[in-house]
Amino acid sequence: MKGFNSHAVLDGINLSIYENQISTISGKSGGGKSVLLKHIIGLIQPDSGEILFEGKPVRNMGKKEWDDYRSKIGYMFQGNALFDSMNVFDNVALPLVQTTNLSRKVIRQKVMNRIEEMALTEAVNKYPSELSGGMQKRVSLARTLVTDPKIVLFDEPTTGQDPIRKNVILSMIANARKRFGFTAVLVSHEVPDVYFISDRIVILWEGRIAFQGAYEEMTKLRGPVVDEFLRSLEGFQDELTGLMSKEMFRSRYSVELSIGKKKSRVSAILFSIDFDSLEKELGHEASLYTLKALAEYTNRYFGTIGGFSARHSRGEILTILPGAELEEAQQLLSAYSQGLQKNVLERIRDVTRRYVGIGCFAISVNAGLTEANVTEEFDEIIQEARKKQQTVATVLCEGGGQSG
Amino acid sequence: MNEDVNGIIIMDLIELSGVNNKLGRFFGPIGRPVMDLINNLGAAAIFFFFACVNIFHRNQAREIIAQVFYIGAKSTGIVVLVSLFTGMVLGLQLYYTLIRFGSEGVLGSAIALSLVRELGPVLTAIVITARAGSAMAAEMGILRISEQIDALYTMRIDPIRYLISPRIAASMISFPFLTAFFDLVGIIGGYLTGVLLLGVNASSYFYRVNYSLEMVDVRGGFIKSFVFAIVVSTICCYQGYFCHMRSDSHGAKSVSLATTSAVVISCVLILIADYVVTSFIM
Repeated sequence: MKGFNSHAVLDGINLSIYENQISTISGKSGGGKSVLLKHIIGLIQPDSGEILFEGKPVRNMGKKEWDDYRSKIGYMFQGNALFDSMNVFDNVALPLVQTTNLSRKVIRQKVMNRIEEMALTEAVNKYPSELSGGMQKRVSLARTLVTDPKIVLFDEPTTGQDPIRKNVILSMIANARKRFGFTAVLVSHEVPDVYFISDRIVILWEGRIAFQGAYEEMTKLRGPVVDEFLRSLEGFQDELTGLMSKEMFRSRYSVELSIGKKKSRVSAILFSIDFDSLEKELGHEASLYTLKALAEYTNRYFGTIGGFSARHSRGEILTILPGAELEEAQQLLSAYSQGLQKNVLERIRDVTRRYVGIGCFAISVNAGLTEANVTEEFDEIIQEARKKQQTVATVLCEGGGQSG
Repeated sequence: MNEDVNGIIIMDLIELSGVNNKLGRFFGPIGRPVMDLINNLGAAAIFFFFACVNIFHRNQAREIIAQVFYIGAKSTGIVVLVSLFTGMVLGLQLYYTLIRFGSEGVLGSAIALSLVRELGPVLTAIVITARAGSAMAAEMGILRISEQIDALYTMRIDPIRYLISPRIAASMISFPFLTAFFDLVGIIGGYLTGVLLLGVNASSYFYRVNYSLEMVDVRGGFIKSFVFAIVVSTICCYQGYFCHMRSDSHGAKSVSLATTSAVVISCVLILIADYVVTSFIM
């Protein structure tokens, strides 16, 4: 439990964080999310209760154990907390200089590795005030990761960023976690974008944990708090793609089916791109622009004929065509693919060549079409569609290109 | 009966008698600020202790040297300026006072003793408070409200060791040196007005300076400057470091109020400490 000025901010927190997973803590603004995070690293002490690390209460740790525990944790502040009087290099190097016995050469190597990974090489001698908001975030992330922590805490890492930049940061976190293998705990109210990278969702509601588990479990769970939280998400669009949020999508699906009782079958198409490979080839920003372009085209094309779409995962978009039979849907998909090849993918390649400087890369868009029964769960529809996925449009290296 | 119950009974009796209200009204406005002051002085003393203990930690030398440059070397200009005019004013004032008694010949002694024993250490400390002390308080305050101090903690860097210890160490080194500059330039300032302007004999002036000054005076002056260094650096850093706990303001306002408090409290404590140290030395 934790209170400030006799007001209880946290009261009844039983939270488990699992190794090597991304856990996202969501909830209302001012609900105590950052306070909860600060307890983990020891910036705030609880009024009552225990924080356990690997089963051991941190309060009972001796100095050496406590130091060892804290050495495993990195913290990324909402406002970045970069040291204004130091340049980028010195900011990133500070934890190594002050807390390790590494030689200057080794420190320089480690720091430059992190700086290069964050694409900050050209800014290495600049001061924080000379950097853009996105670059400051990357410096902060580089500084957090330079000590190779096992647990990284992110306090509102995307606040104040535009939708593309938000997703770039979230992608960076997801990739860094995959590459360096740490446990991540994010505090964010950037729903639903943050759910695409999260393994577990924690809902903090009025000082208590209302839910902790996978997103899919949350949507199946019934309870006043979870229902209210999910209803509050219905109003959110996926800011990156402009598509519906998952909750809005499900609501619309239910409404469409209840209106067209005769149309007991719908067609579902699951579009996907290999987002991880694309990120590797083009970088975070260009890969997100590609996804955005695909989503916008899909929404525009199928929206005019009554279809609706939502982003299912990082690189997947699910489109529902109410009342369309399989054959009809197949024809629509064919025409869509040709348009996608001509209007979208070729243009993305030209733009990428111009702005990113990469002339040779491959994008493939896969699509799986299935006819779905109204009694089927979403998961079943998606599994079915996934099994039937085929490449429908692709752009290969210079001069290449064939439609599916 | 246990202590809690006794306490409750006593409070009930006081409440019934109405004494509590009258006592509270009378002592409250005086008592509360006094208790706050004592709490703060105690906290500042503990703050100083932790900072002192960490002065000899590894990796400190570079930071201490950087702070000596900033607090000491960069304050030389203003110290020299203030001391020059202080000496010149002293020369003028003391000449016209001493000449009434036909004792203008001891001008050198009067200026030297005034500067070395009192004015040198005190005015040096006040000048550095205005220049470097306010900067220390503001810098700590901004580091606090922008979470940079919290960031140090999360990186397992002791903020007191990294930020405060070098400043206190640098102050302890710089203040005596600057006091010595002040004394020297002040004596030269007295020479400019006393000898060059008002016609006191130059040899007599310097003879008197040399004759009257003893090691005990110089030592006393340096002891004062050392004590002032501790007071100024501790108070200024303390005010900035804990500005987020002020009850009268938040954010940028708390930084500005902390800076003002740092300078005012430091100046007052310099004068109080001056009296205390002087009474011990004399």
